[in-house]
Amino acid sequence: MDKLTSHYQSSMFFDELIDEKGVARAPAKQLLGYLDSLSEEELEKRRITAEATIQEMGISFTVYTGEGNIDRAWPFDIIPRTIEAADWKIAEAGLKQRLKALNLFINDLYHDQNVIKDGIIPEHIIKDSKNFRPECVGITPAYGVWAHICGTDLVRDENGDFFVLEDNLRVPSGVSYMLENRAITKRVLPELFENESILPINSYTSQLFDTLAALSPRDIENPEIVVLTPGIYNSAYFEHAFLAQQMGAELVEGSDLFVDSDDCVYMKTIDGPERVDVIYRRIDDLFIDPEAFDPESVLGVAGLMRAWRKGNVALANAPGAGVADDKVVYAYVPAIIRYYLDEEPILNNVETFLCDDPEQRAYVLENLDKLVVKPANESGGYGMLVGPHSTKKEQALFAELITKNPRNYIAQPTLKLSTAPTLISKGVLEPRHLDLRPFILQAKDTYVTTGGLTRVAMKKGSLVVNSSQGGGSKDTWIVETKGQ
Amino acid sequence: MLSRVAERLYWSARYLERVENTARLVSVYDDLLFDLPKDIEVSWFNLIEILSNEDAFEQRYKVKDERNVVKFLLADDTNSSSILSSLKMVRENIRTTRDVVPKETWELINELDLYAQQNIKQGINRSERHLFLNTIIEGCQKIIGLFAGTKSRDAGWHFLIMGRYLERADMGTRILDAAVALMLQSKPETRIQLGQVTWSKVLKSQSAYLDYRRTVRSSINGAKAATFLMNDPCFPRTLAYCLGQITESAAQLPRADSIRAKVDKILEFNYPLVSSEDLNDNFHNHINELQIAIIEIHHQITENWFHFRQGDAA
Repeated sequence: MDKLTSHYQSSMFFDELIDEKGVARAPAKQLLGYLDSLSEEELEKRRITAEATIQEMGISFTVYTGEGNIDRAWPFDIIPRTIEAADWKIAEAGLKQRLKALNLFINDLYHDQNVIKDGIIPEHIIKDSKNFRPECVGITPAYGVWAHICGTDLVRDENGDFFVLEDNLRVPSGVSYMLENRAITKRVLPELFENESILPINSYTSQLFDTLAALSPRDIENPEIVVLTPGIYNSAYFEHAFLAQQMGAELVEGSDLFVDSDDCVYMKTIDGPERVDVIYRRIDDLFIDPEAFDPESVLGVAGLMRAWRKGNVALANAPGAGVADDKVVYAYVPAIIRYYLDEEPILNNVETFLCDDPEQRAYVLENLDKLVVKPANESGGYGMLVGPHSTKKEQALFAELITKNPRNYIAQPTLKLSTAPTLISKGVLEPRHLDLRPFILQAKDTYVTTGGLTRVAMKKGSLVVNSSQGGGSKDTWIVETKGQ
Repeated sequence: MLSRVAERLYWSARYLERVENTARLVSVYDDLLFDLPKDIEVSWFNLIEILSNEDAFEQRYKVKDERNVVKFLLADDTNSSSILSSLKMVRENIRTTRDVVPKETWELINELDLYAQQNIKQGINRSERHLFLNTIIEGCQKIIGLFAGTKSRDAGWHFLIMGRYLERADMGTRILDAAVALMLQSKPETRIQLGQVTWSKVLKSQSAYLDYRRTVRSSINGAKAATFLMNDPCFPRTLAYCLGQITESAAQLPRADSIRAKVDKILEFNYPLVSSEDLNDNFHNHINELQIAIIEIHHQITENWFHFRQGDAA
């Protein structure tokens, strides 16, 4: 009988499961051995089980289209991605180091700005940042931490080394899908969990709860924690509801809250007003308080900033934390780590050209066909130019955009992203590019998810993994191979 | 519990109950037609009047025949109380309160909504209507059963109960009214014959036939059947039972006194039915007053728990 993996053409890139000789890498050995023992029909059955499970569990995400919003089933590939536990340990330490430094950096920016005075980062980079909030100057949130929940995108290069692609410090999403991917895989490949040492991931929601509870301004046993959602039409509503439910917190919308004359936040309950201590907000800074920011916002709560500034309520993430996930600031993160922690960065950045710098800009403009150009403040893969896949017309448009507003653009070489075998059609595995989004929590303590959310570009050769743009997802296994 | 969540739970229970009772209401009429002698005419438009939907119906249809009435009650999206519209409302309300109801609620309501949409033609055509309506009723019962077996008896539960029994009380009185109207429109010489058929159908539509037999222990007539459906304390679809459930659930929540006062007002109405002669226009007016009183309870619930006023003490 033909084995499933025997026709697998490992790519010219780093394949995480199968090496260039076609041999399974250590953490993937048991998995691939097991998959090879399944018939095509059996494997297909598992794929159908996964699809049915997703429907049953109602795992969906919302796509915005011209004809309104569509709720789509979560796109999922049943072949897990495996990572050696020892490799992961290093990445984990690097992620903790990075978030610690970023929080020191943000806190410094809203106080003495020593990092500018000491010449580590030019003043105009911060002054011109769309995400610097003058309203936050002088405030010290609990533990001096501004970004409590961070989603950092990692990629692996042709040698399998981890690199940081970007930090998401505003309202990173995807963690619920990480947890659901594992739940689906347990139903689809239950046999493997019996014999393998796959590290569990399920402590995230209790860690999140502890992180949020530690922020409570009132020293009480059961602080009131709420998840603030923009509502059912937001693409991540499923996740907001999921996290609230798992933590036993209230899922609230802006209209459920108000700030009273005592500058405290209350929620409207059937028993009357109830004081709220911690708000895990999944609404962008500019919409959280019509009094302080966008007066047109109907998603937020009038007076929220007032309550926060007085220390009567904790906001996670704190307003203004986004100043550090600007893609221009990103280029300075290694220097930031050295400056605040006096340590060498454990995780490297991807080489980045700042269009703000005349010399680097000239290089970018000459090499638009080879580079990936990103706007400094967008997320979700919008507004990007992928050089090798672009037309002359698109390149000309970006040349104009960059010249007009150089501060707003960075460029990176096209990455040789790693791949993993992905089930493309019945019985056919092909390599597809991957990235990884672990989630890092920081309040009193720091915590990193075991692995993270793996996103996979389902189209052949594509590097775009965003689910809003046709990306899929896989379960991520951190596997201990010691003694094998 | 958030006022908004409480309100959505309350309405999801009301709409679910509305779906079930609309199916029951249509099935009474549907069944009647099988068993009535040919010379007795039944006006389907009664159903529209009973549900106070004349304006909406007349905007949509000219002919007041069976097909249009059934279409209006089952399928019309211009009728916010049609089975399809109500199911949509249940679904939207559950969708945004999924975190406080059993996980399977969402799956069951999706299943029911899908069935109704895909098989709506069965409901409109007479030949398979019975099967369609029965499946809808069963689908509702499944969700109520899921709540009974797995929903915590917390504040959310009490809002589900109040929503369900308020709607049931309202629809129950309307179904009674439907039977009375039918009798009053008939020729006096056919009334006895019609009465027996009609009232046993009404009891059956409420799944109350056997309980009536066991409890009342006499032949079926209008006065006794109506009295049973209004006053029996044990059968879970009678007016007395529904009001009892509302008071009990309200008592578990803050500020319940105002609800109790409104319920007591209804219980004070005493309308003795001695013979079927008493099921006349006066009785019809009495039912009207009951319905107004039921609506007042709804307003009180809204004011007590949903329309939040700043400054109310916790």
